[in-house]
Amino acid sequence: MAVTVYISCDSGALALGAERIAQVVSREAQQRGIDIRLIRNGSRGLFWLEPLVEVLTELGRVAYGSVQVHDVSGLFDSGFLSGSPHPLFLGLTEELPFFKKQQRLTFARIGLTDPVSLEDYLAHDGYRGLNNALTISGADIVRQVTDSGLRGRGGAAFPTGIKWNTVLNAEADQKYIICNADEGDSGTFSDRMVMEGDPFVLIEGMTIAGIAVGATQGYIYLRVEYPHAHKALNTAIAKAYAAGYLGQNIQGSGKTFELEVRLGAGAYVCGEETSLMESLEGKRGLVRFKPPLPAISGLFGKPTIVNNVISLASVPIILDKGGEFYRDFGMGRSRGTLPIQLAGNIKCPGLVELAFGLTLRELLYDFGGGSASGRPIKAVQVGGPLGAYLPESQFDTPLDYEAFAAIWAVVGHGGIVVFDDTVDMAEMARYSMEFCAIESCGKCTPCRIGSTRGMEVLDDIINGRELNKNIPLLRDLCDTLLNGSLCALGGMTPYPVLSALNHFPLDFGLTDQAEAA
Amino acid sequence: MAQFQVTFNYPAPIRECLSRSGSHSEINMTETASMQTTLQDITTRLKDKPGALLPILHEIQNAFGYIPKDSITFIASELNLSRAEVHGVISFYHYFRESAPGQHTIHLCRAESCQAMGSKHLEAHVKNRLGIDFHETTPDGKFSLEPVYCLGLCSCSPAMQIDSEVFGRVSPETFDRSLVEIGA
Repeated sequence: MAVTVYISCDSGALALGAERIAQVVSREAQQRGIDIRLIRNGSRGLFWLEPLVEVLTELGRVAYGSVQVHDVSGLFDSGFLSGSPHPLFLGLTEELPFFKKQQRLTFARIGLTDPVSLEDYLAHDGYRGLNNALTISGADIVRQVTDSGLRGRGGAAFPTGIKWNTVLNAEADQKYIICNADEGDSGTFSDRMVMEGDPFVLIEGMTIAGIAVGATQGYIYLRVEYPHAHKALNTAIAKAYAAGYLGQNIQGSGKTFELEVRLGAGAYVCGEETSLMESLEGKRGLVRFKPPLPAISGLFGKPTIVNNVISLASVPIILDKGGEFYRDFGMGRSRGTLPIQLAGNIKCPGLVELAFGLTLRELLYDFGGGSASGRPIKAVQVGGPLGAYLPESQFDTPLDYEAFAAIWAVVGHGGIVVFDDTVDMAEMARYSMEFCAIESCGKCTPCRIGSTRGMEVLDDIINGRELNKNIPLLRDLCDTLLNGSLCALGGMTPYPVLSALNHFPLDFGLTDQAEAA
Repeated sequence: MAQFQVTFNYPAPIRECLSRSGSHSEINMTETASMQTTLQDITTRLKDKPGALLPILHEIQNAFGYIPKDSITFIASELNLSRAEVHGVISFYHYFRESAPGQHTIHLCRAESCQAMGSKHLEAHVKNRLGIDFHETTPDGKFSLEPVYCLGLCSCSPAMQIDSEVFGRVSPETFDRSLVEIGA
């Protein structure tokens, strides 16, 4: 019988050479006359071990990593197809501490299955949530989501059930479900991993949302920088249509849900929901005034649910196991699990899905293993380019929306970027202003002009010019951005800028924190 | 040429190839016709979609490598928009370009995670090696260099993309090797 070998097709693995490893393993097996069944799975999320090669043995799936082209023939020689020892042998994949300590709900299938195999999806509890949803009323579906305590995983953490309920109760001839897949935040890649590693879970989540609120059309607004996700989604959507999980009369229920992927075009601001809708309508991605809320008047003026990939991908398990099951994970008002992404200067970068409540320190050291460079960790940025920089003294903060808000930081989309002590925080603050200037949609003045002025002031500060004048000027400017911007781009750029200034005054040429104030 | 201009304002590459040819050979007329056909096909196929402009621009850029400036009039009339509206959309989005890219496009990530892993040093090396800055193309037309703000490969920073291929943990040495592999 053919031995089953798994090599990931996740673009993180591909970037590290997984495609070549897959080719070489196939060729080597062929040359040796060995019959193997090669499955291109999603990534387990242990990226420092990618390209990871897994073999299905009697004991379970064992892993070898990270495998380079020159390792392949040695692996065959040592009998890796029967799970034999080798210097790259890691043991059972699911016994690896990084993996074993996780609580994978949304990511339950990722890395296990062939992402675009509907059979695999069904064999691993796929579409159980939808099957349940089809037997209950829309209001009951929304109640399950509300009971689960799920909050928007895109960053704003708005209760998903409340948003859905607003759309459910809105009267309209057409409603829409939009998946915000414009994952532009640096340090985040969980949306990408879901779309590449388990696209059906997102399709199922959107279908449930559509059936719940009576929306018959869905759009996945995907960033153009994710070509692999684009391909996986389109393949999965075509299979879902063919099997009656999308389109008219879904599984004989009489319900309709159509789904299409639309590509963005490299504008960060289009991750803001109103800008995203403008873009979907074929316009410049200019942010809209709110109100009206998208749930009342969204895409083409119709009631619209806009949810992040992870929010929607968490819905199937909630409908499968019930809102209470999901709510039992987490702390305080942060319920369920969060897929956390460890990135930047960290020894073990990857995906860690856990219930809310773990501290940053546990994540950085117990999971991440400290910095990649071996130098002390100086700062971490949590929540993408608009998230605050946190110093070592705040590493005991638990991952919880409220706990982070209390220290003027954000959990955001769960991305953690690590910097060692070689980083210059004044340069990072300047970069934040530069990024805001590049990506500003231009509609509101604080963001459009303020970001450029911010860069100039920071240039002066970096060059040591008139600090006693320029530091207060920077604070004043940040105040204007914070309170006067139309959306989070201008409104939150002060988070990284001011947190850098407050926690690392020395990098700004100041002698202590008192001077920074 | 005048007979064509009655119905259609040609994209720059078509005009270039017409003017280069001196006498308008059959081949050039065929090329011209095929480009016009492509534009027509794309707009006809997509224009009735809700919010059709971005899907149309994507397909045009896929077909030509960029969005020919002179195709704007055509797109505008097909979608019943003003030229200013179409131009406004093209210029708003970083991904859309109005000039032909080099043979290969290198997208180098500038975002925080890559910075934490030495992307500034890599950026300096890449610019020096290619002799160009961001948004430029090498004089031999081989490479265009574009910044990108996150490829979602933050678990293997610094990252870059050359055409459709992605690369992680890129060092100046591995960058040079990638160039050799694609035949630079």
